[in-house]
Amino acid sequence: MSGMSLATLLVLADGRLPSGGHAHSGGLEAQVSAGRVRDLDAVADFLRGKLATSGLVSAAFAAAACAHPSEWAALDQGLDSRTPSPALRKASRAQGRALLRAARAMWTMPLTGRDLHQPVALGVVAAAAGLGPAAAAVAAAHGTTSGAASAAVRLLGLDPYAVHGLLARLAPECDRIAADAAARADDPVDDLPAAGAPLLDIGAELHATWEVRLFAS
Amino acid sequence: MHPENSVAGGALPHPSDGYTIPHTHGPEEVPHTHPDPGVDPHEPLTTGPRALRVGIGGPVGSGKTALVAALCRALGDELRLAVVTNDIYTTEDADFLLRNGVLPADRVRAVETGCCPHTAIRDDISANLDAVEDLEASLGPLDLVLVESGGDNLTATFSKGLIDQQIFVVDVAGGDKVPRKGGPGVTTADLLVINKTDLAPMVGADLSVMDHDAKARRGDLPTVFLSLVEDRNATPVADWIRTLVATRVPAA
Repeated sequence: MSGMSLATLLVLADGRLPSGGHAHSGGLEAQVSAGRVRDLDAVADFLRGKLATSGLVSAAFAAAACAHPSEWAALDQGLDSRTPSPALRKASRAQGRALLRAARAMWTMPLTGRDLHQPVALGVVAAAAGLGPAAAAVAAAHGTTSGAASAAVRLLGLDPYAVHGLLARLAPECDRIAADAAARADDPVDDLPAAGAPLLDIGAELHATWEVRLFAS
Repeated sequence: MHPENSVAGGALPHPSDGYTIPHTHGPEEVPHTHPDPGVDPHEPLTTGPRALRVGIGGPVGSGKTALVAALCRALGDELRLAVVTNDIYTTEDADFLLRNGVLPADRVRAVETGCCPHTAIRDDISANLDAVEDLEASLGPLDLVLVESGGDNLTATFSKGLIDQQIFVVDVAGGDKVPRKGGPGVTTADLLVINKTDLAPMVGADLSVMDHDAKARRGDLPTVFLSLVEDRNATPVADWIRTLVATRVPAA
């Protein structure tokens, strides 16, 4: 990561970046409602599972898009085929669109589709910000856990210090997954990770049918 | 036939010199008319590149949704309008608007705020901007978009990146000391609406105190008193919006 701006990475990965994330629970609202996640230990398991599956895929696509921003269309299609739930596709594209909207005000952005999948958008934005694939992958993995953790505080009324203690303990795992993902940034799209989490897919589909949702996904 | 219209030699008649009345130019010609060149046959373009966006905020239960319904009733026939709501929006709410002939369902978008209503209207406005853009894309050009915030506290205000003007709604039943408390909503909103004045005698609220405190807090910014029980079209608020739409300066 030599030569890149750490402060720029912090700006991109900041939870206060107005990129739509605050309205998404990363699938947690559905699992809380189903009774599968009720306390801090269950949130920890949820985040570990999410990091190892959708976190790994997100980090890999963010890294690949950062290394090859002009390949955004093929990467976007590749991620689409790794996202079986239409509700999750929609949620990912909404957050990608919001991120691109924010990024256009921050850096000089190349022309892309308007609503890319969030990890692909993140990679393209990271490249425009002068960051490398490893940084893009870390931002993606970190975003996978921090968004859902923030939702856990709001949905379950958990102690915010305890939740941030959890995030600190997960940080080395984020780094490891991001490094694995970044090492494959030059792989062909079809060879990139395709780990799935069926309960996240099912939860997202059920969630989308609710009449009243507090989170968009 | 009007003598002035028998123009010889192809001289151009002046606009509105009986130009639109049937006439001929020569002996062999069939009588005909021209469209009045002083009248633009095209539909007027919308003022500016996009709809006027008005934010409606205020505490829970102060009557934001009822005000939105009243404004749709008052303005729905004269302006092309749509609504984005940040409140918990049920199919019951949608049915209510539809049943009362207020607004068809395709003109209302609900935005989820992740339990943070003020974030969605102030700190991260992306979901609301997406909703406004999607409405404009599906309905065509609009004159007015009302953005209703979720019920929040006295510190919640809209970002200028989302709306052009904002209305803050408080009600007399919330206590006549609310205007004195101030807060950014009461102090800086472009229009303060003090709602449910019909309840004032029942809750012991002194409207003159509220008026005095609002003036002290708001300087020259306008405040209106409203009772939607007595005025189902929210006339003073609808008039305020009409003036905004009429005086809007088109973008260069």
